[in-house]
Amino acid sequence: MTSKATIALGNALVGFRGRIRELVVDKAGVGLPGPELERRLIELGFVEGADVELLHQGLFGGDPIAVRVAHTTIALRRREAMAILVTPALPA
Amino acid sequence: MNAGGILTAAVAPAVAPVIALVGNPNCGKTALFNALTGSRQKVANYPGVTVEKKIGRLTTPAGRVLQIVDLPGTYSLRARSPDEEITRDVVLGRLQSDVNPDLIVCVGDASNLRLALRLALELKRVGRPVMLSLNMMDIARKRGVEIDVARLSRELGVPVVQSVAVRRGGTDALLGEIDRLLEDLPLAQAADWHAPDAGELRSAQREADRVLRAAVKSSGERDSGTAAVDAVLLHPVAGLVVLLALLFVMFQAVFAWARPLMDVIQDGFTWLGTLVEASPLPDLLKSFFKDGLISGVGSVIVFLPQIVILFFFILVLEDLGYMARAAFLMDRIMGGAGSVIVFLPQIVILFFFILVLEDLGYMARAAFLMDRIMGGAGLHGRAFIPLLSSFACAIPGIMSTRVIDDKRDRLTTILVAPLMTCSARIPVYTLIIGAFIPDREVWGFVGLQGLVMFGLYASGIAGALGVSFIIKRVFWHGEPGEPFMLELPDYKLPRVKSLAIGLWTRATIFLKRAGTTILSMMVLIWFLASFPRPPAGATEPAISYSLAAMLGSLLQPLTEPLGFNWQINVALIPGMAAREVAVGALGTIYAIDGGEGAADKIGQAIAGQWSLATALALLAWYVFAPQCASTLAVIRRETGSWKWMWVTFGYMLALAYAAALITNQVARALGAG
Repeated sequence: MTSKATIALGNALVGFRGRIRELVVDKAGVGLPGPELERRLIELGFVEGADVELLHQGLFGGDPIAVRVAHTTIALRRREAMAILVTPALPA
Repeated sequence: MNAGGILTAAVAPAVAPVIALVGNPNCGKTALFNALTGSRQKVANYPGVTVEKKIGRLTTPAGRVLQIVDLPGTYSLRARSPDEEITRDVVLGRLQSDVNPDLIVCVGDASNLRLALRLALELKRVGRPVMLSLNMMDIARKRGVEIDVARLSRELGVPVVQSVAVRRGGTDALLGEIDRLLEDLPLAQAADWHAPDAGELRSAQREADRVLRAAVKSSGERDSGTAAVDAVLLHPVAGLVVLLALLFVMFQAVFAWARPLMDVIQDGFTWLGTLVEASPLPDLLKSFFKDGLISGVGSVIVFLPQIVILFFFILVLEDLGYMARAAFLMDRIMGGAGSVIVFLPQIVILFFFILVLEDLGYMARAAFLMDRIMGGAGLHGRAFIPLLSSFACAIPGIMSTRVIDDKRDRLTTILVAPLMTCSARIPVYTLIIGAFIPDREVWGFVGLQGLVMFGLYASGIAGALGVSFIIKRVFWHGEPGEPFMLELPDYKLPRVKSLAIGLWTRATIFLKRAGTTILSMMVLIWFLASFPRPPAGATEPAISYSLAAMLGSLLQPLTEPLGFNWQINVALIPGMAAREVAVGALGTIYAIDGGEGAADKIGQAIAGQWSLATALALLAWYVFAPQCASTLAVIRRETGSWKWMWVTFGYMLALAYAAALITNQVARALGAG
C-alpha cells in the first residue's frame, strides 16, 4: 500500500469506503488540544485498522458527516475528521 | 426457593446492596432500569450538583433486596462532562454518598458491543466486582448476531449474561447472576484505574476488538431498516424538511389533540366549583368521593394529588378562621388552579413527542441535521436536545446541557434556553390567542390560531439564535468551540412501559409544581385582590380598592407604553413565580371584578377589555420575558455564579420590553389600538 492513496476522512465524499490507517492530531484549527481529540476519537471507535464508510453529510458545506466505523455510526464535523487518515478499500 | 436463598435472606445486611448500571449512551440501560425497578424509583440529585440520581429497589428471586442505580451513559470513565463525572465518581466510590456500588453491571447493546467491551475492560480496573449484561438480545438475534456467551465471559474475565429489558422474564438471567455473585462477593480492591492516555485507549480497543472477533459472529452490516430510514431522514434537504414538518405537526397536535381532554378537565373543575358553592364541606367531601372518583372527571388519577392539596388548603384556611368565606374561597381557588391543570394534556403530549423521538433514536439525527445551522449561530449541534427539551420546560433543558462537554458552548446554551417556548407559556398564549385570534383556516388547511402559535415559537427560536450569535461574538470573540461528535444509534421502537414511566415522572413533577408554587400564589393573589375591603357605600368594584390595584397602578408608568393595564401588571407579578400563574391571576382579578365570571370565561373578559394591540404586546412580552424565578435559580446553580443569572435576567427583560413596545406601537399605528 502506498501512502499516495491515503486521504483525510475529512476530505472524503459520501459513499467512501476504506480503512483507518493513522490518527494525526497535530493539525491547527481544531477546537481541542491534539491528544484530547485523539482520545475522543478512539473512544468512539476510530482506531487504526477499523473499516469506515461515509454515509451522509449535512446540507451546508457537506458538514457534518455521518461515518460508519466498524459497527457504529458516528456523526462528526469534517474539521475533526481531518485527523483521521484513511486508505480507500480496493474496488470489489 | 432454595436453601441458599433463604439463608442469604436471613443474614441479609441491614443496608441493601447497591448495583450500579453503567453503559454507553443508547445501550438500553434506562429501559433495563425501568424493567428491573418498575415504579419503585426515586429521582433525586447528587449532593452539590444537579445530575439526576436515579435509584430503584427490587427483590431478587432469592429474596434479596437490592438498590439499583442508573448512572449517566458514558463511553469512558475519563469523564468530560458533569454527568460523566458522576458516573466515574460513583463507580470509583469517590462520592460521599449512599451509592457506593457493591457490584457494577456493565450494560451493552448486544448488536453493538464494540465500544461497550472497551468500557467493560476499563471497568475491570476500578477494583469492584463487574459483570456484563448483553442487553437487547432479541434485536441482536433478529439481526443475525451470534454471541458465544461462555467464550465472551472467558475472554473478558467477567461474568456475562443476556437480557431483554422489554420482555417479561427478560431480566431473570441477570437477576440470577446478581444473586449468585452477591452470595460470595469478593472484597473491593484498591482501584487500579487512572485516566488512560491515547496509547492505553488504543490497546484497550484492540483488545476489545480481539474479544469481539473471538466471541461474536456478525455480518457487520448496518441494520437495513435504519439505513433505509436514514436515507430520507438524514438527507441534506429532505431531512431538514421532515424535521421542520415534524415540529410543525407537534405544535398543531399539542393544540388540537389536547383540546377534548382539556375540556373534560375544565368541565370537571367547573362542576366541582359549583358543588363547593352549593354545599358545606363534609357533603362536598362525600360527593367528591362518591361521584367525583367513581363517575370520574377526566383522568382523575392524573390530578388526584392536586385535588388532595386543594382540600388541604381549604381545610387549613377554614381552621385559620376563614369559615364565613370558605365557599367563596374554595370556588375561586379551584377555578384558578383548574385553569392551569387544564394544560396538563398539552404538556404530556409534548413530552410524549420528545420521549418517542428520543426512544426512536431520532434526537441524535436531529442534532446532526441542525449542527451546521446552529453552528452558524454559535451553538453546538448537541445544544439541540437541551433546547428542544426547553420547549417543555427550561429547567430540565438547562440541566440537560450537561451533555455538552465544552464550558462555553454549554453556557451559551444555558443563556438562550429560556427563550425557547416552554409549556408554561402555552396557557398564556392559548388564552390570548383564543380570545383575540379568529378561529378560521388559512390556505385551506392550516388553522390561523395554530399558525400564530407557530409564529410565537418561531420568534423564540429566532431570538435564541440571534442572542447566541451575539454571545459568541461578544463573550467568546469567535474562537472555535467544542467538536461535534455524537453516536447515531440504530432506530428502535419506543417501549410503552418506559414511555409510561417517563411521562408519569414528568406529569407528577408538573402537578407538584402546580400544587405547591401555583396554588400558594393563587391564595396570595386572592388576598391581594380582596384586601383591604371596599369602604361602606363604595361604588367601584371591590378590587379597585385592593392592594392589587395599588401595585398595578404603581407599575403603570413603566408599562403604559406597552399598552398594559393594571390588571396585566398585577398578573405579571405572580407570573414571576411561574408563567402560567398569570392566567389564574387574571382569572381571579377578572372573576372578582366581573362578579360572576368563572375561570373559563377569562378569555371573554379580556376580549372585552383589552385592545388587540395590548393582547399582541403581551404575547410579544411573553416570548422574551424572564418570567420564571425557578429558571433563574437553576441558571445560578448550573453556572455557579450570580453573574450569569443576572445577565440572563437583564437581557431577557430588555428584549421583552423592546418587543412589547414595538408590537404595541406598531399595532396602534396600524389601527389595532
